Amino acid sequence: MNLLSKIIIPIVVLGITLYGFRKKVNLYESFLIGAKEGLVMTFHIAPSIIAMVFATNLFLNSDFINYFFRFLHPLFQTIHIPIEILPMAFVRPISGTASLAILNNILMIYGPDSFVGRLASTLQGCTDTTIYVLALYFGSIKVTKTGHALGVGLFADLMGILASFVIVSIFFG
Amino acid sequence: MVNVIWGCFIVIGVCFSFFTGQMESLNNQMLEGAGAGINLILEMMPLLVLWTGVMKIAEDAGILQKFSKLVLPVLHKLFPSLHRDDKALGYIASNIAANALGLGSAATPFGLKAMEELQKKNPKKDTATEAMVTFLILNTGGVTIIPTTVLALRMSHVSANPSEIIITSILATFCSSFFGLLLDYLLRRKKQR
Repeated sequence: MNLLSKIIIPIVVLGITLYGFRKKVNLYESFLIGAKEGLVMTFHIAPSIIAMVFATNLFLNSDFINYFFRFLHPLFQTIHIPIEILPMAFVRPISGTASLAILNNILMIYGPDSFVGRLASTLQGCTDTTIYVLALYFGSIKVTKTGHALGVGLFADLMGILASFVIVSIFFG
Repeated sequence: MVNVIWGCFIVIGVCFSFFTGQMESLNNQMLEGAGAGINLILEMMPLLVLWTGVMKIAEDAGILQKFSKLVLPVLHKLFPSLHRDDKALGYIASNIAANALGLGSAATPFGLKAMEELQKKNPKKDTATEAMVTFLILNTGGVTIIPTTVLALRMSHVSANPSEIIITSILATFCSSFFGLLLDYLLRRKKQR
């Protein structure tokens, strides 16, 4: 499993390059166009990342969570998770950038190869911004009665959080 | 919504720091906060740019279409209310495929197109159809094979094996989508009775 995760990216890159050769794609040209799009995209998301890192750092450093969610501490301690994961799970369905900023904070404090670092990384990857996506897609066709979409979407997110915890525990103990 | 969160983070952060008497460090923190954001972007940029480049090759080679064809049979089962040749199914397949390959910017237009197609056959225009709800639950599950931003972030924090979370992420995503679709299915059945 460890080896597989180490070679997955090289294999994907190799596979894509070979496939591109076979389909007679101008590899270099395509790469440049894509890389340019990536650069533009990075500049587009830069303001929101700066804004979110700034705000989340203020929030997390203020000790607010430690103070108000102290009653949850024993629970979090028995399962060996720092309480920082709580705001991350909470903002994940609303803003991907905000949860990314919190992930950055967690990796900075606990390191990417700690249990929490791995758990938080998995959390970030395992779901999308449910509330944002629903608002965007239903808004685009002016549907206001959305049935059980939000409830089920958030339920799926919750399942994703629980699954992340179980899976990371199994894989990395 | 994002608006509220951002505002609350700042107001709570500042007020609470005052309350706990960290006023002096707050000044430095604010000045450092913006710098931390810039650093994050600079550290993530190389991998993001590299990856969009590689994925563009994949896109030009027609991998998106290949992937869409692969997911189509599964979609027929998930969307019993749609006809087999429904245009919406094609868009949904492309949306899921683009998301899986991490082509986020390509995924959204397909998704919006799918919603538009579904809306055409919707008898009550302000109410979501079953297919719409199922599609969005599938979409918000967010199946991404290679989570680039997370990898970039882990690299910038000097992880010994940044990509070790790929498998756990895929498995967790799978669980989340599975339970979401299951609940959706059960609720639909309950309504039909």
